[in-house]
This record gives sequence, structure tokens and C-alpha cells, in this order.
Amino acid sequence: MRAVVTVVGKDMVGILSKVSGICAENRMNVIEVSQTILQDMFCMIMLVETADEGANFAAFADAIKAEGEKLGLVIHAMHEDVFNSMHRI
Amino acid sequence: MINTGDILETIGMIQNEHLDIRTITMGISLLDCCSGDIDVSCTKIYDKITRLASNLVKTGEDIEKEYGIPIINKRISVTPIAMILASSGGDPVKYALTLEKASREVGVNFIGGYSALVQKGFAQGDEALIRSIPEALSRTEHICSSVNIGSTKTGINMDAVKLMGNVIKSAAYATEDRDCIGAAKLVVFCNAPDDNPFMAGAFHGAGEADCVINVGVSGPGVVRSALTKIPDANITEVADMVKKTAFKITRMGQLVANEASRRLGVPFGIVDLSLAPTPAVGDSVAYILEEMGLETCGAHGTTACLALLNDAVKKGGVMASSHVGGLSGAFIPVSEDAGMINAARSGCLTLEKLEAMTAVCSVGLDMIVVPGDVTPEIISAIIADEAAIGMINSKTTAVRLIPAIGKEVGDELNFGGLLGSGPVMRVNTASPEKFISRGGRIPAPIQSLKN
Repeated sequence: MRAVVTVVGKDMVGILSKVSGICAENRMNVIEVSQTILQDMFCMIMLVETADEGANFAAFADAIKAEGEKLGLVIHAMHEDVFNSMHRI
Repeated sequence: MINTGDILETIGMIQNEHLDIRTITMGISLLDCCSGDIDVSCTKIYDKITRLASNLVKTGEDIEKEYGIPIINKRISVTPIAMILASSGGDPVKYALTLEKASREVGVNFIGGYSALVQKGFAQGDEALIRSIPEALSRTEHICSSVNIGSTKTGINMDAVKLMGNVIKSAAYATEDRDCIGAAKLVVFCNAPDDNPFMAGAFHGAGEADCVINVGVSGPGVVRSALTKIPDANITEVADMVKKTAFKITRMGQLVANEASRRLGVPFGIVDLSLAPTPAVGDSVAYILEEMGLETCGAHGTTACLALLNDAVKKGGVMASSHVGGLSGAFIPVSEDAGMINAARSGCLTLEKLEAMTAVCSVGLDMIVVPGDVTPEIISAIIADEAAIGMINSKTTAVRLIPAIGKEVGDELNFGGLLGSGPVMRVNTASPEKFISRGGRIPAPIQSLKN
């Protein structure tokens, strides 16, 4: 399955590295990344995919949310189909 | 990749605007559980529900986590119990206790279907079930009950209307120590839908498949937020915006419905396109009406705004789902909607205005707290008025009134959770006693010469 991860919050050193680290730990392959910094707000959207049978998306979603809370960022991971069904006919 | 703006819009809807899936409701037919012996029926019912719904709650939670969409309730609706009682006889409360036990075992929030359909007359079991409703609701926590007393095809059963006035009052008395919550779990319908996933009126109609998944969406906060972005638009643009937003909300419901149906191995029934408010600030249907330009919900103009909203929600939602059903439209439950509560407290929103609003909304007089000394005849008369609106306009209408025992206008009841809290509203006390005591039936209306 593919999922969209969004990260919004105050810019700081190492956000990309920490988020992609959690992706790797949970066997989620990063396919695409887009990021912008508006004033000092960091905004990143990642498309990730479960790499193999060992990937557990639910555990990944929990881990990434917890990391966001630790860093003071709002991080979401949602199934790609949510966006596809809402915005594409 | 999907457009960044679209991604942020979806996340904003969930994070800030309370978009959620209100309920996944599994409809289960109990017709094959009928037996001449009530204890055998109860055992069969318990076994069937716990077998089919054993994974319902877990599946809902899994989808919630994987898709990142909150799914608030997991519920069950069953065949109207009066049909089962018809063949078994015995004490109907046994069925209520069985359903309660099953609901605790599978962990659902509510189980609906302690119901009877008496729009034309009472069959075997119907009257006994209706009379047992107050006791059943006072001895259980998760059971919801409904009675259909009229329809466009049959007219209105005034004997049932008369009976329901007493039953509602007794249900409130029986749960007096718990803010009269019994009456909050009892709905009286005209034109009740067979596939409604929303409580308290959910039951699994006799024409339905053995087991189906119905999904109810929500999202008044999303619609209101969309309207705040076009403050000076004309009404045509407002209606278009509601349609587009309803489409997006419903797509989410359809996605969850398909996924739940696939994982549970149960056919998908319908998506109910409803705007269902909660007491949370920002999740209110009244605030949408106020956003359209009313000072307070209940002001003149409210019925027109609600008509536009209800119609646009259906138009937008219909294309987003393969099967639409249930109550589909805007709900106006007073105690469950922060804006309605405020409007009722201020005196701007009255029972009479609510009755007019029900002619154009999706349900009816819903979650309205009335003084405890209102007579059963007045409650029956309110039901008759509401059913008449439904019967003549070929739409579902319902009455869920809560007589606040020992309280008067100005006091409040607090149910907690999604049921919310509500001020006791003033009721016209002129007596309809003679009319209600006549009994009989209001004949089915003519379907031509519409004016």
C-alpha cells in the first residue's frame, strides 16, 4: 500500500532525517518528497510505500505521530486512497 | 503525486473541521432466529450476532488507523424484534437483555431494532413489544428502540400514536434518575427507512439481505468552513459549494464502506449522506445556517436555508456513492448541536419553528427536551403533526422528545457524549385530548392534485 505523510511545524535541524529514519525502521520506502519553507514553517509531503511483507503500516503511523509530538511537529500518515477518492473521480 | 493543496485540504477537514465517519452499522437479519420458544430464539439471536459481528469493532479500528479517518461508532441494527416476538410470544424484555448481552460481547456502541412497524395496525407481538419499551430501555444501556406509526402508503395509525405518547412518558419516568435518557433512545417514525445506519432509529428492514454494511458520514464543520471562504457569494454559489463539499465527504464514506465490506466479507448496503452534528463547537448544522446569513438559527429564513442545505447535500452526495439510502440529509437534533442549543436557550428557536424546519430536513423533531408535566396526549399530538408532515410530503419524519421529569422551561438535561445536553423547551399546552382519544386511522393521502 501507499501512504501520504505530511509534516508541518517549526523548521529545525534534522526533520527530514528523523522522519525518513522512521520510514526505514518500519520498512516504508520513500517514493517522492516535496517540501517548502514558508517563513520559518516547515511543510513536507512524502509519498511512501510498504517495501515488503515485514512492513506494518499501523505501527508506522503510531511511531511517526509519536515522533511528531516529541519534536513539536504535526505529522500525519494516511492511506493514499483517501486523497484519491476525495479529489479524483 | 496528488496536488499539495488537496492533501492539505483533506487533512484540515479531519484535524480542524471534525470530519469523521459517524458510524459503520452492520445490519443483521434475525428472521432465521424465530422459534416457538422464546429462550431458543434468544440463544439463536445471541449466537448469530456474536458470530457475524465478532470482528466489526476491530475492523473499524483497523480502518481508522490505516486510513487516518476517525470512525466514531460501530453499531448493529437488527430485524424489528416485534417480528420475532410474533412467533415466540413470551416476555419481550428477554430479547432486550439478549441484545444487550450480545452488544457487550462484541463491543458495539449501540444496537438498534427493538422496534415495531405498526403503520396500519398491530400484528401479533407488536403491542406487547411497544408496551415493554420503557422497561427494556431502563434495564439496558446499548439498546435503541423505534416504532413506525405511519407512512405515505398506509396513512397514520392513530391508536399507535395515542399509545406512543404514554410510552415516551413512561420511558422518561423509568430512567428519571439518569436524566430521562430512556426517551432519548426511542424514536417514533413516519416512513421509516429500512437501511438507516443512524441511531436511535436504526433497524434492519424485512426486505434487506441477511447481513449488510451501512455507513453514515458526518461533516457539518467541513461545510461551514467551506462557506466561510465565500462570505459574499450569492446563494447559487453557496448551494454549489455545499454540493462540492458534500461530494468530498461522501467519497470518504464510500471508501470506508467498501473497505469495511471487503474486510468483513459482508455486502455493502448504502452510504447515508447525512450532516450529523455533535455537541462539539464547530460541528453544528445550526452554524451552517448562520453562516448563510442568519443572526441565529430559528430566525425567519431558517426553513429556506435548511431546504437549500438539505437538497444540496443530497445532490452532491448522490454522485459520490454507488448506493445511497438511510436518512440522507441534514439532521437537526437540538441537544446534539451546539448552535441549536444556543438558539433554543435564547428563545429564538421554538418548537413551532423546528416543526416547520422538519418539513424540509431529513428527519424530524429530534432530541428535544420538553417539560416533565407535558401530558401524554400532547406528546401524541406532536407525533401526529410530525407524522402528517411526513405522510403528505412522502418523506421520513420522526419524533424523539425527552420529557424532563420534575423539570420546567429554563432547566436543562445533560446526557453526556454524543447525545449532548438540552434546555427544556416551551410546549403549547392547549389540550388535544379529544382528538387523540378518538383512535382509528388517518387515511393514506392522495398522490395527485399536489398543491
